[in-house]
Amino acid sequence: MRTTPLPGIGVQYDFVTLEGHHLSVVAHRDGSRSLNGYRADDPDACALSVHLTEPEAGALTDALQPPHHDPMLLHATELGLVVERIMLPGASRWNGRQLGDTRLRTRTGSSVVAILRGPYPLPSPAPVFRLAGGDVLIVIGTREGADAAAAILGQE
Amino acid sequence: MHATLLAELGGIILALGLLGRLAARYGQSPIPLYLLAGLAFGHGGLLPLSASEEFISTGAEIGVVLLLLTLGLEYTAAELVTSLKTHYPAGAVDFVLNAVPGAAAALLLGWGPVAAVALAGITWVSSSGVIAKVLRDLGRIGNRETPVILTVLVLEDLSMAVYLPILTALLAGAGLATGSLTLVIALAAAGGVLFVALRYGRVISRFLSHDDPEKLLLVVFGLTLLVAGLAQKLQMSSAVGAFLVGIALSGEVAEGARVLLSPLRDLFAAVFFVFFGLSTDPAQIPPVLLPAVILALVTVATKIATGYWATRRAGVGARGRWRAGGALVAHGEFSIVIAGLAVAAGTGAPIGALATAYVLILVIVGPLAARYAEPAAGRLIRRRLASAAPDRPGGPAPKEPELTP
Repeated sequence: MRTTPLPGIGVQYDFVTLEGHHLSVVAHRDGSRSLNGYRADDPDACALSVHLTEPEAGALTDALQPPHHDPMLLHATELGLVVERIMLPGASRWNGRQLGDTRLRTRTGSSVVAILRGPYPLPSPAPVFRLAGGDVLIVIGTREGADAAAAILGQE
Repeated sequence: MHATLLAELGGIILALGLLGRLAARYGQSPIPLYLLAGLAFGHGGLLPLSASEEFISTGAEIGVVLLLLTLGLEYTAAELVTSLKTHYPAGAVDFVLNAVPGAAAALLLGWGPVAAVALAGITWVSSSGVIAKVLRDLGRIGNRETPVILTVLVLEDLSMAVYLPILTALLAGAGLATGSLTLVIALAAAGGVLFVALRYGRVISRFLSHDDPEKLLLVVFGLTLLVAGLAQKLQMSSAVGAFLVGIALSGEVAEGARVLLSPLRDLFAAVFFVFFGLSTDPAQIPPVLLPAVILALVTVATKIATGYWATRRAGVGARGRWRAGGALVAHGEFSIVIAGLAVAAGTGAPIGALATAYVLILVIVGPLAARYAEPAAGRLIRRRLASAAPDRPGGPAPKEPELTP
């Protein structure tokens, strides 16, 4: 991503996609953003220039994050935290082992706050809780932490 | 007496507010209407004022100080230094192409060398305020040519830190020795402030920063007026002092001060434009109207050439170059600031009248030029190509060649 200073306005970030489309984002000093797409016949000019307020830009960022396609996702983004439902695959090495064995909190910083098994949620599972394939773990943590937790739980 | 003062002031400010709303409805800068209002109120105008003149003249001085302070707050020292390092040729071309017509016009009119320096400044400086707004309105903030346009504006504004002290010294009737001393002091002050802002900007800003907006406002405003006054004592022009204070502030303080001072700036800047209109006798305008129109036409061409040249240097395509040229046409507040200095010093030439007419033309033409320079140039080129190659009628439109202005 290329960065260009815009004196008196802010900073522009330029980005070219794999398909050759040129996009840019202007970060205004007041925290608002402009999202720009460029014309095919005049690559220096914007075909699209949308001004976004800070919350609008945040919502758009959220929508652009790939895992967010998951409709099961719960939002806690204002805190910089995400809450995710991660299903334990039957083939996972943790199937049948204790929750404490995964050492998720130590390794990823994210916590398992509940487990959904069948119709009943089990809040605050203890480290000795024995996991089973098909369990849905409610994990809260940072974006990276939750991703790392999903990776660990998927290990075979 | 006091009742008249309040009533007059209230009338003026209310009128300005209504004019501003009118301008906003048509997406125009309110500056021309403020100038016209000043002309209407002033000597020889429709509604001569009596009680509020003194307040307006003080308010106008504060207006200039605040205009330059908020301009300085727009830029960080790092942005100024980077622009200067990488784009100084664009700044130099801008200066030569646009200051020379003004200087030449003043000499041709027989106004003498000092007025030539003032008029050179008036035609040189584009209006960063008007242009930034136009770029935003046209959705061109993300365009490739925009960083170049902004850089040219930054360099013009930075040059004011040297130009205004020189002009002030010349207007005060300084000789060569005093003039060069002023130049040295101005360069040293600008360089010193940039250096300090780069090195210790954070320390200064932390020292001034305060959670309470009221205290921040008073501290920054007070400091600016103090520095502006000192600069004036040193014959360096109060505006430059304020500009340098704006540059020295950075980060949170600059952000906070910009938000807090903007309404104050809008009020006093409006007063300044009215004051300038007041001090211009409308009867002086008709004789200088023709020179103003010619000068405006010439500098529209030279500004377009400047933008074209600067963006071609940065590798922007032909259409972007025309857009950049058109965008740079608008003149506004700083041409009036310079003219205000010249008028206050009394050069004997009707420079205020010329500047009023010139700015009135360009502040209106500017946004139009920004919008239509590129399509107009494109149509012109296509027509010329069509007449040059009449043997392929109805064929695909010829590709635009690279053109030089």
